[in-house]
Amino acid sequence: MKVLVLVEEHKGSLKRSSCEAITAANQLTSSDNITAIALNASESALKSAGKYGASNAVNASESSIKGEAPALSKIISDYALQNSFDTVLFAADSIGKEVAPRVSVKLEAGYVADCVGLEVNGSNIVATKPVYAGKAQAKVKINTSKNILSLRPNVFTAKVIAEGTEANYSSFTPTLDDKSKSVKITSISKNEGKLDVAEADIVVSGGRGLKEPEHFNLVENLASALGGAVGASRAVVDAGWRPHSEQVGQTGKTVSPSLYVACAISGAVQHLAGMSSSKFIVAINKDADAPIFKITDYGIVGDVFEVLPKLTEKIKARH
Amino acid sequence: MNILVCVSRVPDTAAKIKVAGDNKSVETTGVKFILNPYDEYALEEAIQLQESKGGELTVLTVAGDEATDILRTALAMGADKAIHIKANQLEKDSFYVANNIANVAKELNPDIIFLGKQSIDFDSFQISSLLGGLLDLPSVDVVSSINYADGSITGEKDIEGGKESFETSLPAIISVQKGIKEPRYPKLPQIMKAKQKPIEVKEAIETPLRTEILEMTLPEKARAGKILTGSDADIDELVRLLHEDAKVI
Ligand SMILES: Cc1cc2nc3c(=O)[nH]c(=O)nc-3n(C[C@H](O)[C@H](O)[C@H](O)COP(=O)(O)OP(=O)(O)OC[C@H]3O[C@@H](n4cnc5c(N)ncnc54)[C@H](O)[C@@H]3O)c2cc1C
Ligand SMILES: Cc1cc2nc3c(=O)[nH]c(=O)nc-3n(C[C@H](O)[C@H](O)[C@H](O)COP(=O)(O)OP(=O)(O)OC[C@H]3O[C@@H](n4cnc5c(N)ncnc54)[C@H](O)[C@@H]3O)c2cc1C
Repeated sequence: MKVLVLVEEHKGSLKRSSCEAITAANQLTSSDNITAIALNASESALKSAGKYGASNAVNASESSIKGEAPALSKIISDYALQNSFDTVLFAADSIGKEVAPRVSVKLEAGYVADCVGLEVNGSNIVATKPVYAGKAQAKVKINTSKNILSLRPNVFTAKVIAEGTEANYSSFTPTLDDKSKSVKITSISKNEGKLDVAEADIVVSGGRGLKEPEHFNLVENLASALGGAVGASRAVVDAGWRPHSEQVGQTGKTVSPSLYVACAISGAVQHLAGMSSSKFIVAINKDADAPIFKITDYGIVGDVFEVLPKLTEKIKARH
Repeated sequence: MNILVCVSRVPDTAAKIKVAGDNKSVETTGVKFILNPYDEYALEEAIQLQESKGGELTVLTVAGDEATDILRTALAMGADKAIHIKANQLEKDSFYVANNIANVAKELNPDIIFLGKQSIDFDSFQISSLLGGLLDLPSVDVVSSINYADGSITGEKDIEGGKESFETSLPAIISVQKGIKEPRYPKLPQIMKAKQKPIEVKEAIETPLRTEILEMTLPEKARAGKILTGSDADIDELVRLLHEDAKVI
């Protein structure tokens, strides 16, 4: 197997989800068969792919594009075809989800999206993916000789396997026709400094039981003491207390952080769908029969207005 | 503007999912099926576009016989006609669906194809980009607002922790985010009128399965399920557990 991994740089280093994808590639083949590819990344960031087990790293240098899917998928497909890669891995983030299917069309390869597990079965890849909003999991076999996969962030652990090793670096200028430049990203606005729920390693979410939008400061305080992001149930998003970007659940974001804390959230199936794959789940709810307690590791039956300030203080006191 | 909207038929979000006897699919008997919630947003965007610019609005699904219900719902909301690409009941994959949509789209030549950002059954976010690849057309996903100009559009899409503004030429493929426009609920007269609107049935083109489900399971992660109270001692215990057992703080 010869594996290409799309990686992305953030503030001078490889994104964590990129390192996770390189680590996952090592489950499929040996390091010398793994190449990391990036668009407009720095040499130092790309070389660091070596320690996660990618022997080679290439940079596609093209300042006129910013990751638009038609252009980026052409670059990756061309590179994969010209250099006989049979497998391409992506992080299942906003870029990977748009680029991977297009690459699968060009390579005539089967594609499994948002994988949480990978294994090799003979000459086929079998991937595990959550379906029905995580209520079930499917083991999916790729029947074609080429494979395209996108990996759910935060699920595969990024592992340094060769400290100090640098990937062999090279750079090239891709050829793009007008057609592949049909979509243009004209501006990007990020809430800098605000961690997105889907990317955070710790998420503290609040629900209707907080009674007033102002009371969300209790949730924010715990989130900041833990270094995590704030999430919300649909009930409070629909009520206009919180933005939709914070909604966790079937019609919001799917999260799988190391720790998920649900505060005054009942645990409706649609909410559970978005967070049940979290590694550890804590719930604080005054109703001992609330459905959320069916999936918690540690539950506190109590009043959020009393428990949250105390818990926040005790966590701060540890630092 | 000629507009095509692709819709899928999915279990209701509140449905309890059970694995079927074949261990490869889910039980469908007794499960309520609905028009994919994101596709309602796609339809509403399309209907309002047609109201302002004219043209024909076609809704399309690739599915078995049972999917007439969601096509009627889409027609009641405001689509002019429906195309039902009929699939037999054997296992299919997303490429099969996209390939069949692409074939019909080549005949219809729509100016814009709308989809939902995700079908809440297989949650793969891929049909739009597969179509983009198959039809060699621009595509943009998770779009939360659109402005229409002559031959092009501009808009915004959601990304991790923010938004991107984009522009693209038409024809183009757009998958929409929840909330782009609030979907209307058809009233009785529209529901009655929808019964007269045409549903064209086409045979699906078979393609070899590129991906195949080997097994379906319900992931029940073993949880400690430890219940504490809000007392000071119990909150201390929670902090200890998070630190020593879970090792997350
Ligand atoms: C199509 C569809 C899609 C949906 N998608 C989503 C989704 O993506 N995400 C989502 O979250 N929901 C979704 N829902 C809504 C879902 O069904 C629930 O209505 C919603 O999750 C409830 O939010 P909640 O838990 O905040 O509120 P409630 O269900 O009202 O629960 C409030 C909880 O707070 C507790 N409480 C009250 N006071 C206190 C206190 N002082 N201290 C401690 N606990 C207290 C109560 O015991 C209760 O359990 C969807 C529904 C539909 C139909
Ligand atoms: C008879 C039959 C059996 C099937 N069996 C399987 C199976 O075993 N395993 C499997 O993975 N898939 C199967 N499919 C396909 C499945 O039903 C979904 O349509 C398909 O997998 C798309 O899911 P997705 O998560 O890729 O969609 P996404 O890419 O998440 O969907 C995005 C958008 O694409 C559009 N869309 C999605 N599906 C359709 C559709 N069918 N028709 C028109 N527009 C659509 C909607 O606008 C949707 O919002 C089968 C389909 C048929 C007809």
